[in-house]
Amino acid sequence: MAKRKQPPRWGVWLGIADNSFTRQKTVKFGDASAVNSGRLWSVLTLIILILAWWIATIGGIIDPLFWPPLEGSLYPWDNPNRARPGVVDRFVSLFVDGYRNISLWEHVGTSVKRVLLGVVIGALVGIPLGFAMGLNSVARGLFDPIVEFIRPIPPLALIPLVILWLGIDEVAKIFLLFLAALFIMLIAARAGVNSVQISKVHAAYSLGASKFQVLRYVILPNALPEIFTGLRTSMGVCWGTLVAAELVAADQGVGSMMMIAKNFLQTDVVVIGIIIIGAIGFAIEIFMRMLEAWLIPWKGKG
Amino acid sequence: MDGLVIDNVSMVFTLPNGGQVHALEDVSLHLKPGELMAVLGPSGCGKTTLLNIVGGFLAPTAGQALLNGHQVTGPHKERGVVFQQGALFEWMTVAQNVSFGPRMCGVPRAEIKQTVRRLLDTVALRDFADKPVYQLSGGMQQRVALARCLANDPDVILMDEPLGALDALTREKMQGLVLKLWKETGKTIILITHSVEEALFLGERLVVMAPRPGRIHKEYALPFAEQGVGGDARSIKAQPDFIAAREEILSMIWEMEEEIMSGADMG
Repeated sequence: MAKRKQPPRWGVWLGIADNSFTRQKTVKFGDASAVNSGRLWSVLTLIILILAWWIATIGGIIDPLFWPPLEGSLYPWDNPNRARPGVVDRFVSLFVDGYRNISLWEHVGTSVKRVLLGVVIGALVGIPLGFAMGLNSVARGLFDPIVEFIRPIPPLALIPLVILWLGIDEVAKIFLLFLAALFIMLIAARAGVNSVQISKVHAAYSLGASKFQVLRYVILPNALPEIFTGLRTSMGVCWGTLVAAELVAADQGVGSMMMIAKNFLQTDVVVIGIIIIGAIGFAIEIFMRMLEAWLIPWKGKG
Repeated sequence: MDGLVIDNVSMVFTLPNGGQVHALEDVSLHLKPGELMAVLGPSGCGKTTLLNIVGGFLAPTAGQALLNGHQVTGPHKERGVVFQQGALFEWMTVAQNVSFGPRMCGVPRAEIKQTVRRLLDTVALRDFADKPVYQLSGGMQQRVALARCLANDPDVILMDEPLGALDALTREKMQGLVLKLWKETGKTIILITHSVEEALFLGERLVVMAPRPGRIHKEYALPFAEQGVGGDARSIKAQPDFIAAREEILSMIWEMEEEIMSGADMG
């Protein structure tokens, strides 16, 4: 029997040749799992984007006010006496010197700390409430109207009220994020309780478990995957809400850094801020996925 | 009275839209300690409802279930249950699943350890003690479920189509295991099944139920379970009297199904 030719390894790595999994499939159009990654094209996209950035800002074709040049010193025809720092230089200086007497790490750290605090407090309050609503009719009746009413309100719409109540300091921001996380966690925990297979609960009772033991050893672990999805969602939502909140009022944090930079027409700092926000949001998502795979390996296998 | 008594149990379900379904009507049975009773019937004959009442998960509309003289009012470790599938705790290992009952009841650690080892040997899963249950095949998972149920040493074991989700080969092997466990432990067992062959092979007593409303249609006393203990399942199932009983019950159930179908046409 003729052995099929192996595709080159570099081709597989670049995602343009069929790998050993997709190669065995004959039906490919319509089977999403049989589509190669096309990593080559991802690399190409990145290169094109950076090239486009570079070309577009050469010699000031685009006013740096609207879009900053990538690298000021790349343009040899520029007047060497006129400083024209690019994003790369600015990033280095932000990294080394910070922005307005506050280091970049502090800005980022402040933002991340706010998100974590908001999510953690939201989870600590929301999960027990969600459990109570899933398990007890009094709790369900009491909180249902509140939850259903607040659920469709975007957290950002609460900013004016939060500022009126708590001002613009740290507590106000964390309270806003707490509210954003609270309802996501509450709904996730409640869904987790609802998702328990009744046969598991029956089995536990038949094995002599008490109500508390059923809660602790069956309902809680059964709800963990949903709770984790809720954590991931609230991390994402809180990160977005926070940056927006910092844009409104703050003296520290990535959002505030961008807003101050805007006032001084420092477009490069604004763009760097956007990149940092995206990178951290992405990092949070990856971190949560890894944590999930490590903590809840049984997810989806019940 | 010793053993399990099902005393004139009726069950009428009220649907959310106000309609009513008569799931069971005047079902009475008496199981002596150590009896193995298979319950067979077409879908909708109320066999799972009956098991849920004995398990203590449903309160009957009329009548009662009694175990050793006291009324069944809720689930209890004296009545262990093996479900069709999916009732294992997938966040626990095999050993943790098996030890769940004794742990919940506060049995000393050393004793639990011994029980788990013994039971995992019985169901031939010793090497899988520390594996998460979701890595096991369907047949192995049901063996875990059996061991978990036995760990509490219940008086009665209720099995709700325990082998229903398994492939034919695994199923046959598991039937042998059920018989072996029955003989070794001397438990009273009610086994719900929709497989005629399984009911004949495992049921020392066999109850055939009829639907609408669910009721006992016919009862048999059978020799095959006794022969099946340590015997060869295939040759027992090939015996002429086994085949004759199988055909008789099959046509009986077939008629019931026909009746349901024609009833549905008219309704």
